Amino acid sequence: MSLYLFLTLAILTIISALAVVFSKNPMYSVLWLIVCFFTIAGHYVLLNAQFLAIVHLIVYAGAIMVLFLFVVMLLNLNADTEPHKSNLSKIASAIAAGLFFVVLIASMRATELGEFNLPNKTNIGFVEEVGKKLFTDFLLPFEISSVLFLSAMIGSVLLAKKEKK
Amino acid sequence: MDWALLLDKTILIVIIFAVSLGIAAYSTYGERKIAAFLQDRVGPDRAGPFGLLQPIADGVKMFTKEEIIPNASDKFLFIVGPCIFMMTALMTSAIIPWGKSFNFGGHEFGLQVADLNVGLLYLFAVISIGGYGIMIGGWASNNKFALLGALRAASQMISYELAMGMSIVALLLINNSLSLREIVDGQAGDGNVWNVVRQPIGFLIFLICAFAECNRAPFDLPESESELIGGYHTEFSSMKLGLFLFAEYINMFISSAIIASLYFGGYHFPGIDSLDLPQNIAAIVSIAVLFAKILFFIFFFMWVRWTLPRFRYDQLMNLGWKILIPLSIVNVLVTGAWITFFK
Repeated sequence: MSLYLFLTLAILTIISALAVVFSKNPMYSVLWLIVCFFTIAGHYVLLNAQFLAIVHLIVYAGAIMVLFLFVVMLLNLNADTEPHKSNLSKIASAIAAGLFFVVLIASMRATELGEFNLPNKTNIGFVEEVGKKLFTDFLLPFEISSVLFLSAMIGSVLLAKKEKK
Repeated sequence: MDWALLLDKTILIVIIFAVSLGIAAYSTYGERKIAAFLQDRVGPDRAGPFGLLQPIADGVKMFTKEEIIPNASDKFLFIVGPCIFMMTALMTSAIIPWGKSFNFGGHEFGLQVADLNVGLLYLFAVISIGGYGIMIGGWASNNKFALLGALRAASQMISYELAMGMSIVALLLINNSLSLREIVDGQAGDGNVWNVVRQPIGFLIFLICAFAECNRAPFDLPESESELIGGYHTEFSSMKLGLFLFAEYINMFISSAIIASLYFGGYHFPGIDSLDLPQNIAAIVSIAVLFAKILFFIFFFMWVRWTLPRFRYDQLMNLGWKILIPLSIVNVLVTGAWITFFK
């Protein structure tokens, strides 16, 4: 049962991720990205990490993508305002993507697929477990990342204030 | 797969769905009656006795109106917008414990669709997704008033989610659980009081934020008709408009249920256990108690709407960011200190 669920979710994830790239309209790209986040949250639930799944939805689908949508809505996106790209940049990007593809193939060939057994009944993704881990084993990184967030917040407020004057 | 469980949940979901729609329909009637009462008018009284058939007449009107999709709109998203809004409005009801469980000849019939151990966070996830319905609908209309309304709705929802989240954190500190059923049960029994007594400031913040999240007056700026015509639903007509308006009443019903469950003991009332009722009767009583609380809060929503004038947009943002968020953080600190030193 969980194999079929996984396959369905995985295919949906890939389709929606491709749709993000191939959509002509940036609005649709953003919406496909939200769909993609939902399917990834589904993967977390399959791994028994409900807390992570919900937080993923709240933070990414609920907050960050709203801001993305906000910006895209305010932009005036027409065919005539679109910047014209020169042929040189097109060729350069094609070569870069090709090279990356080669590297990807080479590294995939060298990788050996290990066995992975999903532990059936773990509580590792539950709130209590995550909280205990964060406040014991990973206390320092946790606190440091909170300082990082604080500085980012102060920085953005500062930037917003500067523009006014 | 447990088929009995599946059948139980299906029945329960269908019942909750029907009840949500029924309550939302009669909330529109109640809203107009209460408005009339507060303004010394009669209100709707033509359709049926006391105007009781008014919601059905409104529904027929909504369905038979001409369906207009603007030429310059994004037609697909124009239809998807109201659908998302309605869907998220209905999704929240899954985690609410509606009462004590029934027992039909040894078969337990629980009255909660899903007792998630991350229940409250699920609530936040669904609320934050609800904003997309308004944003997508407003943007797809290709109308400046609709777009302005959509942007207002989105920024209002983001701003008030923060204070709401912080007020919930203080509640979690006291109850030690994210599951709604455990929070409800933690408010009953010996020595336990309703959370509103233990968290009066948290309750006030949550209530204000619930008004803002539902886009209800005095925070109905996304659709403020005096400046934005109709806000995000300016271009909508027929049942798509109906979905937007209807979902607002469902949101109101569900928020009332959540306020009742989080802060007012849910389906418990003081002394419910000392009555010693048989299980099925106790279940019916508990449902009745919860719905009495819910109806009171729906009335409260309407009472406020017809009493307070609409905020200005800068006032709304000031209230959210400069008063409610600092207040809720202080509330978390005080609660934490109290638990550390006195428990």
